[in-house]
Amino acid sequence: MEMLEIEDLWVDVNGREVLKGISLKIPRGETHILFGKNGSGKSTLLHTIMGFARYRVKQGRIYFQGQDITHLPTYERARLGIGLAFQRPPTLRGVKTADILRACAGDRLSFQALAAAYDFTEFLEREINYGFSGGEIKRSELLQLLAQDPALVLLDEPESGVDMENLQVVGEIISKLLQKERRRPHREKSGLIISHTGFILDYINADTGYIMLEGRLLCSGNAREILEHIKKYGYVECEKCVR
Amino acid sequence: MREVRKRAELSRDKQAPFGPDLDLRAFSRRGATRSYDPDYRSFSPEERQHLLKAGIELTDQEHAGTFFLADASVVHCSVNRPEVEVKPILTALEEYDWLRELLWSLVAVDSDKYTAQAELALDNGYFIRVRPGAQVREPVESALYLHTDRFSQHLHNVVIVEPGAQLHVITGCTAHPGVRSGLHIGVSEFFVRQGGQLTFTMIHNWAEDIHVRPRTGVLVEADGRFISNYLLFKPVKSVQTYPTVTLAGEGAVARLHSIVIAHPGSKLDMGGRVILQAPHSRAEIIARSLTTGGTSISRGHLVGLAPEIKAHLECRGLILSKEGVIHAIPELEGHVAGVDMSHEAAVGRIAQEEIEYLMARGLDEEEAVSTIVRGFLSVKIEGLPPALEEELENAIRETGKGM
Repeated sequence: MEMLEIEDLWVDVNGREVLKGISLKIPRGETHILFGKNGSGKSTLLHTIMGFARYRVKQGRIYFQGQDITHLPTYERARLGIGLAFQRPPTLRGVKTADILRACAGDRLSFQALAAAYDFTEFLEREINYGFSGGEIKRSELLQLLAQDPALVLLDEPESGVDMENLQVVGEIISKLLQKERRRPHREKSGLIISHTGFILDYINADTGYIMLEGRLLCSGNAREILEHIKKYGYVECEKCVR
Repeated sequence: MREVRKRAELSRDKQAPFGPDLDLRAFSRRGATRSYDPDYRSFSPEERQHLLKAGIELTDQEHAGTFFLADASVVHCSVNRPEVEVKPILTALEEYDWLRELLWSLVAVDSDKYTAQAELALDNGYFIRVRPGAQVREPVESALYLHTDRFSQHLHNVVIVEPGAQLHVITGCTAHPGVRSGLHIGVSEFFVRQGGQLTFTMIHNWAEDIHVRPRTGVLVEADGRFISNYLLFKPVKSVQTYPTVTLAGEGAVARLHSIVIAHPGSKLDMGGRVILQAPHSRAEIIARSLTTGGTSISRGHLVGLAPEIKAHLECRGLILSKEGVIHAIPELEGHVAGVDMSHEAAVGRIAQEEIEYLMARGLDEEEAVSTIVRGFLSVKIEGLPPALEEELENAIRETGKGM
């Protein structure tokens, strides 16, 4: 059984067709990378998998561990084991980082110990995302996921706005989230990651890469090869390919 | 004395600058006579439960003093600490000649028709005084109770914190469970002498058709501190108030915190003014208002008259329904160089993305809204009675459900 299976997914956002027939499969233990220009629909795909209200599924199905979740509310998807690290999460005034980490961790683990392990204790009493730097936002998002411990990890540009120093920490947390220290047959976590730079490939061995263009998945293949191709030629070749 | 009376007479029909104008003839001056109750035996379980929601615990335990006024009757008045005095104001006025000089020194008797009524037809009120240097840990609890439907209650309260003393007064204002309408006029004048500290927590828990017109003036001398917490979670017809604090001595501090919820049909017009007269005085006004359909006007006014003062005003409103209105009116007024004054005001709805952010962490929609509302209302209130913490939590849950 696949961790995630998407069948011919068509999605509207505010009446505009954004995803046009997406199909993909992510087996247990695999991590897939989504490349593509801004506005190609990558974030829309992640947000649709998470079930946010603006994203209206017109056609197609989403299966998580064999269960049809196409119309489940967001919190039920989260409770089933899907976790999303936001690219630009909102600021919630007055809501402390500790409150959210506590909600994520439940009885599974001590969020204080988790924060201490990643040098994040001083942020616990601060309002979530208020005045956080780019790197702090990403660390906060990833710690929330570590506390949530999802089976399917969705990451929306985890490297954006992160300085070099924080980049390594971010990479290490992602590697831990996806159990990259384990050998492939023993990995239980799967991932779908949006990346512009491919930095993440230095920390995890991605299994498959996709290029997304105008709401369609154009091609799939070895993530490193795709990245090299994009670095060399940009997305121009891809556009030609569509035509 | 005659002069004060005359000014009150002349202001009998004077409209207040803010809030809906009320016809005083629509209310009755015939209140119930409730007998003195030394051990609170006359209160039914239903009444007790209701009073608890306004933070009134009906016990002399763990209180430095207690005062209970129903309509115009003093039902209970006791003191547990020798350094503290608690008396009905009418009794205190008979005992202390000097008290007359203090009355109407911080609130003008001719402010409007409501202050005029408190002079012309006074029911009673409390007089609380703490001796110099006394550090009173337990709060004084006062309860102002509307017992009769349509009654117009007229009170005048005085609190004096003598030099170096420290006191917390918790005032719960509420109405009998059977009372639907009425008017509460409460004039309060607080004097915080040099190096003293007064924490004043007021909880309003009225009913749908009750109008409330508090009129408050506070004087803080050098190095004194005045901390005010105001809480209103339940429906009320209208509340209009604009407490004014004067920081008269060097290093004086005022902090005014309020949390209000405007329910459908409620008109709230809540102000707060601090006049920073002395160098190195500091003020902070923090207001949180939330509407589930009512109107909440939140006024704040900081006046800097001396150099080296620091003052901040923070006014935030959250609209949780289609009909509600929140109107934030912050004002800063600096008269000399060297003042440091700032304000922050924000009014808005809860964004869908904020709710979804929390839902992506496994919270259902109601829990997500409650978490956001709880965060919004998280103003540090020291010494809140446990029953009120519970009431606040209930109010947060209720507003979450309405979304």
